[in-house]
Amino acid sequence: MSGPIQTSNTDPIVAVDGLGFSFDGNEVLRELSMEIPRYGVNVIMGPSGCGKSTLLNLISGRLCPDRGEVRVFDTPLANLSETELFDLRRNIGMMFQSNALLTDLNVFENVAFPLRENTDLPEALINKLVLMKLEQVGLRGTKDLMPGELSGGMQRRVALARASAMDPDLLLYDEPFTGLDPISLGVITKLVRELTDALNTTSVVVTHDVSEGLSIADRVILLGNGTVLARGTPQDLLDSDQADVRQFLHGLPDGPVPFHYPAHDYQDDLVGKF
Amino acid sequence: MISLENSRFAAWVQSIGGRVIRAIERLGRASVFFMKIVAAIPSIVKRPSVTIKQIYSVGVLTVVITVVAGGFVGMVLAFQGYYTLVDFGAESSLGLLVALSLTRELGPVLSALLYTGRAGSALTAEIALMKTTDQLAALEMMAVNPVERIVAPRMAAGIIAVPLLCAMFTLVGIMGGYFVGVIQLGIDSGVYWASIRDGVDIYDDLVNGFIKSAVFGTIVTWVSVFEGYDAYPSAEGISSATTRTVVTASLAVLGFDYILTALMFGL
Repeated sequence: MSGPIQTSNTDPIVAVDGLGFSFDGNEVLRELSMEIPRYGVNVIMGPSGCGKSTLLNLISGRLCPDRGEVRVFDTPLANLSETELFDLRRNIGMMFQSNALLTDLNVFENVAFPLRENTDLPEALINKLVLMKLEQVGLRGTKDLMPGELSGGMQRRVALARASAMDPDLLLYDEPFTGLDPISLGVITKLVRELTDALNTTSVVVTHDVSEGLSIADRVILLGNGTVLARGTPQDLLDSDQADVRQFLHGLPDGPVPFHYPAHDYQDDLVGKF
Repeated sequence: MISLENSRFAAWVQSIGGRVIRAIERLGRASVFFMKIVAAIPSIVKRPSVTIKQIYSVGVLTVVITVVAGGFVGMVLAFQGYYTLVDFGAESSLGLLVALSLTRELGPVLSALLYTGRAGSALTAEIALMKTTDQLAALEMMAVNPVERIVAPRMAAGIIAVPLLCAMFTLVGIMGGYFVGVIQLGIDSGVYWASIRDGVDIYDDLVNGFIKSAVFGTIVTWVSVFEGYDAYPSAEGISSATTRTVVTASLAVLGFDYILTALMFGL
């Protein structure tokens, strides 16, 4: 390896430097730089449309940045071939907001899928591993059901089991708390925390749910306007007197993020000048 | 003097130009996608059960509609052919007329059109929905190439299934012709079969029909999987992708039928 960065266990698991990304002419991310250290739960928060999900797609190599560099496990993603990218992804688990379970396979086969595709493990071992993963999320009893027969909350738990099936070093979650009933929400929040600790892995949670995000976070990064607004422990952020941080954490309707979408003068508009 | 920048005419020409450029760009993307599928086809031997399942869903489930349609087409052909031929005292050639029409043209073309409506549209909707629900993205994140796992088995299934469906269509059509010509209209059964045996050439008619059918199977399945894969991930996107599949694949079948016929019989 060349370059100033030395590989070691204390290096950040994800490093993003000067990242810029535009979509359909809209600048989603601008000059975003941040590092995600190894181990624990890292929560990336920010209002809808601030580029959180885009950031996750950039980290997982599904999108390429316009400018800047993404490094995962100390490997720059920019010049990887598809094979190398796939090698890297075998060590990354991802949970989608839509759960993205394969609808033509039952619960057991969904969790077994990454193991079957990426390993040569014997069937008996795969069987044990899948049952252990399902037991961890409390759904061993559903192994023969199809995803469509499960509730949304249970589907998300299966997605969690599948994301962790390969015991990855990096777990990514896209909006894991969205669209759940209170009980499922509690279960998922607890599972994300427990799984991270049990696997001794690094979780990156992208969410706009403040209370759940803060409750499980070891570190929080707050995004806004395509860049980092603030970072620190949950307590650091709660104590912050930055106006934009306060607006987001306390859900204030008006502030640095205005209530009104930019428009012509109201009275001029009403009398039909435009 | 018309100012070129502002006139409505210029805008109209521009919009046509834009459409043409977009169409060519899509064709380019579809071609690149086709290359990727071809490169991924060998990987289907890793998961034979996936391809077999697809042969069932695009092939076996299309058998009923193919057989019913083939029977009726053969019956209509026999009726129409009989009343034309009988004026010339040539009704003994009815079997040949029915068999040649079916093996050369109607079998490959109509079975491909039925396959488009029954299986092609379903392929598009299925893949587009998998895209909309992030299943394709999830495969990529699990280090699985969706073209290998999802698209290539469906392509192989289509190429295998369509010629078989065409054979069934043709066979049932000839039997439908037999029913009308021999049982209803009273042509001699031996004459019906003998004219087919003497007049249908293995190479000119059967092999050419088979080649046509394999080409149609490839084109229709290609259009179907591309439209699904390229669909805009929304409810509206899925519906318009499905429509485009049926329109594009049907026209492509008819267009390529002309090209293949010209190549096979015109030269």
